[in-house]
Amino acid sequence: MMNITGLHLKNPTILAAGIMGTTGASLIRMAREGAGAVVTKSIGPQPKDGHSNPSMVKLECGYLNAMGLPNPSYEAFLPELEKAKDKAGVPVIASIFGGDPEEFRMVAEGLISGKPDAFELNVSCPHAMGYGASVGTDPSMVKAVTSAVCEIADAPVWVKLTPNVTDIVTIGKAAQAGGADAVVAINTVRGMAIDIHSGYPVLGNRFGGLSGEAVRPVAVKCVYDLNANLDIPIIGVGGISTWQHAVEMIMAGASAVQIGSGVFEGLNVFSDITAGINWFLKEHGYTKIEDITGIAHERF
Amino acid sequence: MLPMNANIVRIVDETPSTRTFFFDHSFEDAMIGQFVMVWIRGVDEIPMTLSYKNAVTVQKVGDATSRLFEIQEGGSVGLRGPFGRGFTLPEEGESALLIAGGVGAAPLAPLAEKALSVCSQVTTILGARNVNELLFMDRFLQCGQVYITTDDGSAHRCGFVTDVLDELDVSGYDRIYTCGPEMMMKRVFGILERERALERTEFSLHRYFKCGIGICGACCMDDAGVRVCKDGPVFNGKELVGSEFGEYSRGPSGQKKSF
Repeated sequence: MMNITGLHLKNPTILAAGIMGTTGASLIRMAREGAGAVVTKSIGPQPKDGHSNPSMVKLECGYLNAMGLPNPSYEAFLPELEKAKDKAGVPVIASIFGGDPEEFRMVAEGLISGKPDAFELNVSCPHAMGYGASVGTDPSMVKAVTSAVCEIADAPVWVKLTPNVTDIVTIGKAAQAGGADAVVAINTVRGMAIDIHSGYPVLGNRFGGLSGEAVRPVAVKCVYDLNANLDIPIIGVGGISTWQHAVEMIMAGASAVQIGSGVFEGLNVFSDITAGINWFLKEHGYTKIEDITGIAHERF
Repeated sequence: MLPMNANIVRIVDETPSTRTFFFDHSFEDAMIGQFVMVWIRGVDEIPMTLSYKNAVTVQKVGDATSRLFEIQEGGSVGLRGPFGRGFTLPEEGESALLIAGGVGAAPLAPLAEKALSVCSQVTTILGARNVNELLFMDRFLQCGQVYITTDDGSAHRCGFVTDVLDELDVSGYDRIYTCGPEMMMKRVFGILERERALERTEFSLHRYFKCGIGICGACCMDDAGVRVCKDGPVFNGKELVGSEFGEYSRGPSGQKKSF
C-alpha cells in the first residue's frame, strides 16, 4: 500500500481522467483490471455533448483527441460516482471542471455526497473554450479555483496541469499556493492533424490534444521541473504504456502515474505495469517506490 | 490511424430510406460484423458496419446520414477501421438462423453469404416496416429459406420477426445471429432466453461512439462496463444478461435515454 495525499493505493497506476470514466460500471471494470485508483471523466456544471467526431484518432506517434468535455452534468453523474465508490474497491477521484472558481465550487459541492476520495481539477483541457486550459494558463485563476474547491472539499484536491504554457512550474506553484494537495502533470499537448486528401482538419474541433508516445519526454521534463520546485507530490501522466515508462516518470519525480490512452494496448496495462515496477524494484534492491521517486535529481 | 480517403465509386438505392455506398477500397481482412468510422468531412464521423467488403449500407436517420446522402458517385469520405469484434462464423455443417430487422440486415447479408459456403442450412427471418423497406431480400433468398414479415402487412406476413421466431423450433439451429432495432432484439433475446438458446446467439449492438477505438469509454454498457466499439459491437447473448440492453443507452453527454 502506498499513500498519496492520504489515499491508500495498492499500486501506483491510476486511470487518467477522460478514459473509460463516463460510467460507474466502466470505472469499476478498470479497477478490476488492476488500476490502483481511478479518475472519473471530467464533470462540469451542465450536460455537454462534446465536439463532433472524429473526436480521437491514432497517429504513428500517439493519439490526437478533442472530446470537448462531454459529460452529463454533476447531477446526472452523481449516481455513477456513488456506484463506482460502492464497488470499485480502490480510491475514486472525481475530475471536475468549470469556467471560474464559482463553477468549480458548485460542481465539487454537487459531488461531495458521492464521497469521492479526492478531487482532480481539470484546468488543462486544451480544446474547450472557456474551460480547462483557458483557466489553467493563468496562475491567479489556478490559485483562485484551487482555493475555492479546497475551502469546501473534505477530500484532497489534485490539480491537473497543462503543458501548453511557458513555465509549468509557475502554474504548479499557483496550485500549491491555492492549497492543492498534489499536482497531476501533464494534460495533452495542443496538436492538429490535417487530411491531405481534402485539406480538412481531421478532428471535429479542428485541433485538439496530443497524448501517447510523443508527449512522454515533454511530460518527463515537466514532472522533473515540478518535483524540483514544489513541496507537494506530483502524479506523472503522459505517454505511459509500459513499466519502463512508469519507472522513468517516477525517477523524474512522480509519486504515482496515470495511464490514459495507454489502455489502447489492452486493459491489462495496469497489472502489467505494476508487475514490471515490482520486478524492477526487487531486481535493483529497492524496497519501495519512494526509493526511486525523483532519483534523477541526484544523478550528475 | 488517420482516416484514409475512400472514393465512392457506386451508390445503390436499396430502399426508400437506405442506400449502399461502394468504396474504391475493399477491407479484405475485415471480420463480418466489424464496423468502419465513416467521416463525412466537415460534418461528423459515424460508425457503420460493412454490408460488403467494400461498402456500407446507411439509413437516413439524422444530420450526418442526411449529409452522407448528398454525396454523389465520384465523391469521397474518410474511413477508419475496420474496428471491433465481428460475428463468430459458423463451422462446417452447422445450421444458422439470422434474424434481421430493417437496416439491421446490413451486417447479416454478408454473414448469410459466408454461412452458405459452410453451413448445412441458412434460414433468415427478415422484417421491415413495409414491403419497400425490406433490405437485401435477394441476398438472403440466395442463401436459403427466408421468412418475411412487415409491420403493416404490405408483404407476406403482417407482424414482427419475433412472431416467426416464436413458431420456429430454434433447437434445430447451431448458431443464431440478430441485428435490428434494440427493442426488436430485446424481444428476440426474451424468446431465446426462454428457449435456452442465448449461448449460441450473437447480437450486433448500436451505441453512440466517440473514439471508436476503445479508449474514451463513451459507449460503455452497464453493468459490466463493456465497450461496444471494442468489446463489441457483436456480443454473445450470455454477455447481455443483466445488462442495460433493451433498457437504456447513453447519448453523447453520457446522459441515459430509456428505450
